Amino acid sequence: MSAALGDRRREKIDALAARAGQVPEGEGGVSLTRSAIRRLRRDPVAIIGAVIVVVFVVVAVLAPLLAPRDPLAQTLLGQVRQGFIPGAQDGFPLGVDQLGRDTLSRLIYGSRQSLLIGVVSTVLGLVVGMGLGVLAGAFGGWVDTLVMRFVDILLSIPGLLMAISVSVLLGRNQYALMIAIAVTQVPVFARLLRGSMLSQRDKDYAVAARALGVKRSRIVFGHVLPNSLSPVIVQGTLSLATAIIEAAALSFLGLGDPDISRPEWGAMLANAQEVLSIRPELAVYPALCIIVVALGFTLLGESLREALDPKFRR
Amino acid sequence: MLRFIVRRLLQLVPILLGLSLLLFTWLRLLPGGPAQAALGERATPEDIERYNQVFGLDQPIWVQYLKFLGRAVQLDFGNSSRTGRPVTTEFLERFPGTIELTVFAMVFAIGLGIPLGYLAARKHGSWIDSTSVIGSLLGVAIPVFFLAYLLRVVFAVDLGWLPGSGRQSVRIDATHVTNFYVLDGLLTREWDAALDALLHLVLPGIALGTIPLAIIVRITRAAVLDVVNEDYVRTANAKGLATATVRRRHIIRNALLPVSTTIGLQTGLLLSGAVLTETVFAFGGVGSALKDAIDLRDYSILQGFILILAVVYVLVNLLVDVSYGLLDPRVRVK
Repeated sequence: MSAALGDRRREKIDALAARAGQVPEGEGGVSLTRSAIRRLRRDPVAIIGAVIVVVFVVVAVLAPLLAPRDPLAQTLLGQVRQGFIPGAQDGFPLGVDQLGRDTLSRLIYGSRQSLLIGVVSTVLGLVVGMGLGVLAGAFGGWVDTLVMRFVDILLSIPGLLMAISVSVLLGRNQYALMIAIAVTQVPVFARLLRGSMLSQRDKDYAVAARALGVKRSRIVFGHVLPNSLSPVIVQGTLSLATAIIEAAALSFLGLGDPDISRPEWGAMLANAQEVLSIRPELAVYPALCIIVVALGFTLLGESLREALDPKFRR
Repeated sequence: MLRFIVRRLLQLVPILLGLSLLLFTWLRLLPGGPAQAALGERATPEDIERYNQVFGLDQPIWVQYLKFLGRAVQLDFGNSSRTGRPVTTEFLERFPGTIELTVFAMVFAIGLGIPLGYLAARKHGSWIDSTSVIGSLLGVAIPVFFLAYLLRVVFAVDLGWLPGSGRQSVRIDATHVTNFYVLDGLLTREWDAALDALLHLVLPGIALGTIPLAIIVRITRAAVLDVVNEDYVRTANAKGLATATVRRRHIIRNALLPVSTTIGLQTGLLLSGAVLTETVFAFGGVGSALKDAIDLRDYSILQGFILILAVVYVLVNLLVDVSYGLLDPRVRVK
C-alpha cells in the first residue's frame, strides 16, 4: 500500500511500531513486562518521572483534604483594587488571584481537572485509534487501505488546527475540550498499532496459530494484539503530557472550559495574562505545575520506551 | 526523480479530496450551517433562508459539495464575515509574515540545535550532554504561549531591548512590495525598515523556535551517537583517516539525514502552528488571524485558512520526502 503524504513522518511512527515486543537476547524465559519493570526500577529517570506522576495523582485525588481553602471563595476580593492584587500573606502562602481567590487551593484543585482532561482525552484517543488500528492490522487488504487513507487525512491537518476545528464545532465545554484533544491523538495511535500488528502478524507464533486452525479473532486478540501493545503504551504515556499542554493552549485561545467552578491550570495561566505586569507569579505557578507534570509523564514515557524497546537495551 | 515527484503529486489527490470533504462537512455541522457562517452571528432566519436560496444550499448535499470543490479549486473560499473581503486575499496578505517568522525561528533552532546536539554527543555523559538533554525535555514541556509571554514581559516590557508586538514599528513609513517586510526593506533600500522588521522577529521567533530547537538537539545527539558506532566509522578510523575527515565526511553527513527530516517536518508545523506565539505578540500573520476568527466566530476564515494551511503542510511534507531522496541516494533505489 502506498499513500501520499509524509513518508518520513509515517516511517518514524512505523519504525517505532516495528520493534514492538521483541524479546531481547539472553533474556528468554523472562516476560517482557517483568524485565521492563526490572529495568524501570533501576532507571533514575523513570523513578523521577514516576514520583512526579504519583504525587500529581495523589494531590488530585486528595484535593479536598489538602487544599487549605475553598478554591472558589473570593475571600480577599475586598483588597483587590485597580492595578493592585494582594500578594502572599498569612493564610495565603501563594497569594490570591484578581478575584481574591486563594492561589494555592486553586492550584491543588486544578490538578484534578488537568488529570481528568489528560486521562479522558488520552483514553478516548487510544480507544478510537486502537479500534482503527486493530481493524487495519487484523484484516489488511482493502480494509487496511481504507482505514489508513482516512488516518492519513487526519494526519494531514496539523494537531492544533484540528483541535481548534473540533472545539469550535462542539462549543465551549469540558467534553468538547477532551474530544478535541483526543481527535488529534487518534491517527497516531491508529498508525502505531497497525504498524506494530503488521510486524507481529508474520512472526512464528502467529503463523503457528494460523496453521493450527485457531480462529482469527482469537489470534488477533489473544496473540498478536498483546504483543503489539508496547509502543502504544509508551505513546499513551507521552500523550498525557501533550494533552495537558494542549488543554492549556486551547484555554488560552478561549476554547477551554468556561465553567468557573472547576479551576484548571490552563485557564488559570490564560487568565493570569491580564495581570501579568502586576502579579507575574499568578502565571508562573500554574505554568510550573503544567511543566513539571508534563515533564513527569515525558520522563516516564521515555524510560518506558527504553525499557520496552530492545533497540535501547544495553 | 521526476517520475517519483509526479507520482507523489498524484497520490496527493485523494488526501486533498478527503481533506476538502472533511472541512465541507465541518462547516455543515456547525450550528446554523454555512449561512450563519457567512452572515455572522446576528443574521435573522429570513436572511439565512434568502442566503440558502441564492447560494444553492437548498440543493442536494452532493451537488453542494461539488460546487464547494469547484470553488475551492479556484481558491475561492468565500468572504470573511467580518471584513467582507475574500478569504484568499486575507490569507495571502498575512502569510508572508508567518513565513518570515517561521524562517527566523527555524534558523534560530537549526543554528543552535545542530551544534548543541553534536557537542552533547561528542561529550557524551558530560555536563554539556546532560544540560542539553534536560533543556530539550524542558523545551517540549513548556507551554509555548507562556514562554512567549515570559520573553515579551522580560525583554520587551521590562528591559525594553526588543519590540514586543506587531511586525514593524508604526513610526517607520515603509513601502511594502511583497508583504515580506524584511525583504521589502531590502528591495526598496529602506535599511532602517528592514532592520526594524527583523528586530520584530526576534522574540516571537525565539518563542516559536524553542520546540524545534529542543527536538533538533535531541535528534542530532541521538543520530551522532548512532553513527559513531557504525562499522564504516570504525573502518574509516582504522584505515588512518584524519579525525577531522572522519567527523566531517562520515559522522556529520550521515547523522544529518534524520535531522533534515525533523527540520522539514517542524517547518511544516510552524507554518501552521504559530497561532499561539503570533497571538501573544499580536504579530499580524496567519496565526493572529486564526485567533481573531475564533473569537469572532468567522467560520469562512477558519474553514479557508485551515484548508489552505493543511495543503501547505501536506506540500511541505512532500518536499521533505523529495529532498530526502536527493540527500540520500539509497531512498531513490527503494
